[in-house]
Amino acid sequence: MSPRLAVRDLAKHYGGVQALRGVSLHVEAGEVLGLVGDNGAGKSTLLKVLSGATAPSSGLVLLDGQPAAFASPAAAHDAGVATVYQDLALAGQRDVVANFFLGREKLAGGWLARRVGWLDGKAMAAHTVGELARLRTRIPDVRVASRDLSGGQRQALAIARAAAWTSKVLLLDEPTSALGVEQQQQVLDLIRRVRDEGIAVLLVSHQMPDVLRVCDRAVVLRLGLVAATLAGSDLNSENLVGYITGAMAGEER
Amino acid sequence: MAGLTTEQDADREQSARALLRRGHALVRDLWIGGVLLALVIGFSIGSPYFLTRANWLNTSSTATEVLLLAVGETFVICSAGIDLSVGAVLGFAGTAGAWVMATAFPGAGGAATWPVIVGFAAAVAAGGAFGLVNGFLIAWGGIPPFVVTLGTLGIATGFGYLLNNGQEISAIPPSVVTFGNTNLGGWVPVPVLIAAVITIWCGLLLAKTRFGAYTLSIGDSREAVIRAGINYRRYLLRIYTLSGLLAGVAAVLVMARLGAGSPASGATDNLNAIAAVVIGGASLFGGRGSVVGSVIGTGIIAVMLTGLVLINVPPFWQEVAVGAILILAVYIDQLRYRKTRSN
Repeated sequence: MSPRLAVRDLAKHYGGVQALRGVSLHVEAGEVLGLVGDNGAGKSTLLKVLSGATAPSSGLVLLDGQPAAFASPAAAHDAGVATVYQDLALAGQRDVVANFFLGREKLAGGWLARRVGWLDGKAMAAHTVGELARLRTRIPDVRVASRDLSGGQRQALAIARAAAWTSKVLLLDEPTSALGVEQQQQVLDLIRRVRDEGIAVLLVSHQMPDVLRVCDRAVVLRLGLVAATLAGSDLNSENLVGYITGAMAGEER
Repeated sequence: MAGLTTEQDADREQSARALLRRGHALVRDLWIGGVLLALVIGFSIGSPYFLTRANWLNTSSTATEVLLLAVGETFVICSAGIDLSVGAVLGFAGTAGAWVMATAFPGAGGAATWPVIVGFAAAVAAGGAFGLVNGFLIAWGGIPPFVVTLGTLGIATGFGYLLNNGQEISAIPPSVVTFGNTNLGGWVPVPVLIAAVITIWCGLLLAKTRFGAYTLSIGDSREAVIRAGINYRRYLLRIYTLSGLLAGVAAVLVMARLGAGSPASGATDNLNAIAAVVIGGASLFGGRGSVVGSVIGTGIIAVMLTGLVLINVPPFWQEVAVGAILILAVYIDQLRYRKTRSN
């Protein structure tokens, strides 16, 4: 069976700068793949290509074995690939429900209600509460403005929203970098639950402890190439740091 | 368990903060409502003519045009934009409507129906057309709303004067005036009724529909809206078109009240409308605002305009008073907001 998401020989250059020089990797459904590397290793570029924000110079993105060229973030989203960027893209003064449903609002039944776009506020609130509870996200009041949530809750809301509306792949960019220890733990738990629902998760992170705790495998990028793919007992902080810094020679394919 | 207690404490604290924030919104609505009430009470003590039918009719018809502009402006400001052109568009749309009636149906009789309908439709369409142009240039041209609408303010003003060499057009069917000065039960002028119905409809549109939700979200975080895959340009186009259409409707009501299309009508209304919206609690940075607030804001301005005349204050002080209230309202709002935040 073909993996949920795969990239083959992906290259991207900006003018003369080679950001990606032929990267291949894959993520299975129900797996968390860590994506690590130093600044400039190509993580952000890969994320941009996968989320449809930029087009690759060459190479293929395969979703369930089918070539998928995302012309825009919306196209990636429609294909089942959701991205949570570091800035979370939440509307601060809008409440949890409005953010959760942003772009996918539930309309009340009836011809006239649909014509005017009348929102089914109660159903939306109930659905939000249900989804947050299912992922065991602790947000006591869904009518709170999102800027009044804690950092961990905002991250959890963004991840839960992405997970709720995507069926296949979730791309996470540094989800724990701005959080306290306890909130980091909660976000990692949430990532595990999303994975257990059968979603393929690609986790971009600088935090080695997080990668070790939550990732099933990790790909190390260095200078636009895959330096190593680590799993099982090979996935330890010594190897991660070694391949990231280049102290250990890569398999470089 | 210690961990559980801190979590519960955090939850409690968050709910308290949320309540405080909601309380803050309620308090500010009550506060500006209180200002309106205080003005009404003050003016009725200051002048025996304030609480009369004549003054109600005068105040409400003054308020009507500002109200319709303010309602459109509410959507624009909630989307983090500004529409400076509404007053000029009102003047142009009214003149255009009158021009159509005078040119296409010269000498139409007193009971003429079709010329009136066509003329009104032309005025509303003229307003909508300016709104479309504004929206298109802002959404697709990427030109800042301030610049675009300042430009169309000038263009609309110029077009209005060009239609009849700067003169108003009064050769319109008398039935227009009949329509504009009909009172239901002696207390409810038809223009006021029309404005009220449109205002309620727009209030629901902003608070209860997807269009309203997107208007607020675009103003709050355009980035979030784009990432959610929403075609925000289409919504910006609709928002500015709505503002233009409402300026067109306001033009019809003004024309019906005065019996002429005048390019100069509405010249200062744009600033009054913006002031009304901001006094009503909308944030100029977008994401926050309500039609109810704008109605109260319009009420404050209208009461000031007519009340000051009744207590024999020279009319030039009106502008001064509106400006001062505007600054005060925003200042107090910021003060309260900072308090809520630091708590």
